[in-house]
Amino acid sequence: MSLTAVDTTTRLPDLSAVPAVDEVGVNERVARFQSRSIKTASKIEALKLVLSMIDLTTLEGQDTPGKVRQLCQKAIHLHDALPDLPHVAAVCVYPTMVGVAREALAGRDINIASVATAFPSGQAPLSVKLEDTRMAVAAGANEIDMVISRGEFLAGHHGRVFDEIVAIKEACGDAHLKVILETGELGTLDRVRKASVLAMHAGADFIKTSTGKIQPAATMQVTLVMLQAIRDYYYDTGRMVGMKPAGGISSAKLAVHYLVMLRETLGNAWMTPDWFRFGASSLANDVLMQLQKQKTGVYQSPDYFSKD
Amino acid sequence: MAQKSGSKRLSVAKTYKIYIDGKFPRTESGRYFALEDSKGGVIANVCRSSRKDFRNAVVAARKAQPGWAKASAYLRGQVLYRVAEMLEGRRDQFIAELVLQGVGQRAAEKEVDLSIDRLIYFAGWADKYQQVFSAVNPVSSSHFNFSILEPTGVVSMLAPNDSGLLGLVSNVAPTIVGGNTCIVLASEKLPLCAVSFAEVLHASDVPGGVVNILTGHRSELTGQFASHMDVNAIIYCDADRKTAQSLQHAAADNIKRVVSRTRTDWFKSSAQHPYLIRDTQEVKTTWHPIGV
Amino acid sequence: MATPENKLAFDAGWQYSPAPESTDHIKVRKRYGLFIGGDFVAPEKGKYFDTVNPATEEKLSRVALASDADVDKAVKAARKAYGPWVRMKPAERGKYIYRIARIMQERSREFAAIESLDGGKPIRESRDVDVPLAAAHFFYYAGWADKLEYAFPGRKARPLGVAGQIIPWNFPLLMAAWKIAPALACGNTVVLKPAETTPLTAMKLAEVVADAGIPDGVVNIVTGAGETGAAIVNHPGVDKIAFTGSTEVGRIIQQALAGTNKKYTLELGGKAANIIFADAAIDQAVEGIINGIFFNQGHVCCAGSRLFVQESVAEEVIQKLKDRMETLIVGDPLDKNTDIGAINSRQQLDTIESYLAIGQGEGGEMYQSSCPVPDKGYWCRPTLFTGVSQSNRVVQEEIFGPVLAIQTFRTFDEALTKANNTPYGLSGGVWTDKGAKIFKMTQSVRAGVVWANTFNKFDPTSPFGGYKESGMGREGGLHGLDAYLRLEA
Repeated sequence: MSLTAVDTTTRLPDLSAVPAVDEVGVNERVARFQSRSIKTASKIEALKLVLSMIDLTTLEGQDTPGKVRQLCQKAIHLHDALPDLPHVAAVCVYPTMVGVAREALAGRDINIASVATAFPSGQAPLSVKLEDTRMAVAAGANEIDMVISRGEFLAGHHGRVFDEIVAIKEACGDAHLKVILETGELGTLDRVRKASVLAMHAGADFIKTSTGKIQPAATMQVTLVMLQAIRDYYYDTGRMVGMKPAGGISSAKLAVHYLVMLRETLGNAWMTPDWFRFGASSLANDVLMQLQKQKTGVYQSPDYFSKD
Repeated sequence: MAQKSGSKRLSVAKTYKIYIDGKFPRTESGRYFALEDSKGGVIANVCRSSRKDFRNAVVAARKAQPGWAKASAYLRGQVLYRVAEMLEGRRDQFIAELVLQGVGQRAAEKEVDLSIDRLIYFAGWADKYQQVFSAVNPVSSSHFNFSILEPTGVVSMLAPNDSGLLGLVSNVAPTIVGGNTCIVLASEKLPLCAVSFAEVLHASDVPGGVVNILTGHRSELTGQFASHMDVNAIIYCDADRKTAQSLQHAAADNIKRVVSRTRTDWFKSSAQHPYLIRDTQEVKTTWHPIGV
Repeated sequence: MATPENKLAFDAGWQYSPAPESTDHIKVRKRYGLFIGGDFVAPEKGKYFDTVNPATEEKLSRVALASDADVDKAVKAARKAYGPWVRMKPAERGKYIYRIARIMQERSREFAAIESLDGGKPIRESRDVDVPLAAAHFFYYAGWADKLEYAFPGRKARPLGVAGQIIPWNFPLLMAAWKIAPALACGNTVVLKPAETTPLTAMKLAEVVADAGIPDGVVNIVTGAGETGAAIVNHPGVDKIAFTGSTEVGRIIQQALAGTNKKYTLELGGKAANIIFADAAIDQAVEGIINGIFFNQGHVCCAGSRLFVQESVAEEVIQKLKDRMETLIVGDPLDKNTDIGAINSRQQLDTIESYLAIGQGEGGEMYQSSCPVPDKGYWCRPTLFTGVSQSNRVVQEEIFGPVLAIQTFRTFDEALTKANNTPYGLSGGVWTDKGAKIFKMTQSVRAGVVWANTFNKFDPTSPFGGYKESGMGREGGLHGLDAYLRLEA
């Protein structure tokens, strides 16, 4: 470890004490979650819960205010043909689009999440990342999705990664901080577990799998490992940390299996949008189609569901 | 050995003792039986081992077993080669001893030579049988899976009655080369070579307790050999049907492996093969995930 | 660690609705005769007994009670079929066995549902484990039929003749497959007796055998209890006995076979140690412990029923186990979400409950999950005992239920000594992230199957069987052929 890391280990936990993770065992556990059969009333309840946990996301170079306004409309009007639908938890946009979203969602109980810290690569000086964060918060973001410096983490400079999260957390003020580990770049589940522990100790309100720009993005495997890290942190400290898998979750069935995993790993307390989110763009419509099918008994066509 | 007549000096007779835990005690019972030649002359007083001797031998064999099993295959082979060398060096003594017990000169020579060669044969198997009998199993899941042989443990053995040396060697060698330890009841008819063979073992590098050799009456000891709860397998070579049945019945008390080697002609080359090693081996299968 | 303030809660909120496997596709006759000589025939004495669904205590069907005369008839049928079967081209024999495998796959849903109805095991297991593994066993051994000359170097492989096979109630179809597939591949004919509480999938297997066109008498299936089994063991026309069941009965069989020339293999009880080192992947180890003891209601001879946890992580592991146990669903075996089904029989439930009383009486601290269980049927919540030692009966004796006895240890040697401190030697488990330690432990545990960083895995290519009083002989893999062959020079 570098000197920097040593200097700051007052709060950085000993990552060598983090338990090992066996990939095959994780795969088996995930397969077991996926063998759960969620039918009838429990399915409808789950689908609605999924909708309420979605961070409806657009993170494209080609995003424009017009695109973001349309996304916000979708967030408000998921599918008005179905009554009693919840709204999504948040929209998730670039810092430059926060103001647009703020305006479009005025008066609505939908959060505005902004990615920050030189998303998605995280390759920028800390000063730039801090400014990025402050700007998004100032523009009205109440949730910040930061990325960790994977390069530093992989190089073993855990202290630097830790310090950066601490600094960003401070810059967030009242905004909730989600820390993206970008698990697809960490390579092993062992590192996912260690990075989770690091991020939580540094003050993360949520830990999040992915930017969506790197493959693989969220998988049930990495999410399980992160949920288990959250559980152990909760055992140790009594502080709840939220979880957000993001990227690659586009089917309702898969999302419901994430909920099964959540329920059986962390229990009831986490089964709300306060503690669990899906970062997704196309998931909502598949959930809506499933809900419509449950209501009508007829399989649906995407043509009947708005794409914004 | 009997005193030679006509000799000018008074010869020194050998005391035939038993072999337990690398030592040569007399039987704790203090009893003996007289081994007679065909004319009724006493050749030697042989220990009439007791149940307690057997029990002590099992304790010794159990104690020695893990260490012997852990010895490298190479080392177990080396030890058996050494046993063969020691036997070769005492070839004449063993021939004389067989002859003394009534075996013809030519037959005795053949028996000793074959015994030496059989030791060499099994010494060579020490680091090979595992390769022949093991397997890597292509399971469908993401696991590495392999099956290897491990010694059954402590083996009790009723050595062939009609072959005092070759029969003994042919059963002891494949048993111990695989990492087992054993307690042998020597031929009741031809017990002398067994005791002398114990001296050969002792002079080689066979650790104490790996081979324990008792002499005595089958009728007194077979039941114990079969029933002892700390013995994992029993080998018998020439029990009659009734004895075999009671032996097998007693062996079931602790689910002992029962190996019958009746009707084996130990002089034939077909009496040496690695399946004799396998008889006192267990198959262990190990699984481990393959992942990052 | 968990305190009242930071305890996880699994009891409220979103629950899974019932997801029952449909049973409209299954065909169970009101009554089954004995499958002898290719036909279902009535038992000589005309006696039948009920087979009951242990989840509802309702009768499913009636099956024939085979007497000595029926067993004699079955053995004679097997003997008659033996000649032509052994003279058949091995490749053709292989194709017959392959047909069984294929038909079993095609009817897998029906087999799974009946297995769960008759035996009480969760449909998830019969669907994902028992039935596919049973079919896989037939596929695996089908391929051996014409390759036996390569299996045992320097030996000629000869069949034994008529194999008598007696199987238990915990994996009824799978055990039938473990027995029948290698026996047929090696050229033997068989008389198989399923357990009296779980005869139905064996009867369905008989239908498959008939549909596959297996020559009459090659496979005979007779139903009954212990006396029927004894008739098979003692029949002079049987050349080989293969038994899976308790050590107690195995001992009686070994005694009964004394003085005969019958070859035998025994797959008996166990009390496996599952050893968790502090450096293990703890969360996967916890899952391994759960699978190790709660798989199939703990009705598993190789269950990891003795848990050894290194002291420094014991509190953590036990807390996690308890949390995990709260998520296990006990109930309707046909519900796809059921984790732990019904205890196989009233009798077995009584046995388990007597051990729960014994364990508490010995001073053990018992913990059971809080899940609800149905009113009717035979049920046992997943159970832990802490505060027990090697001296306690719940640690020493095979309970054959969802009951885990937990002990802690400090050093490698202590764990190993205690692991081997048992007359059994069927299986064992070790969990550590350190490779050298894995090999040291897997080599030192005296057991026929050792799972390192996993538990309760099975595969047709993988030999299974015990050391010491857990039995002799192997089933599965190349080594499993040996049980059904005579090796000649």
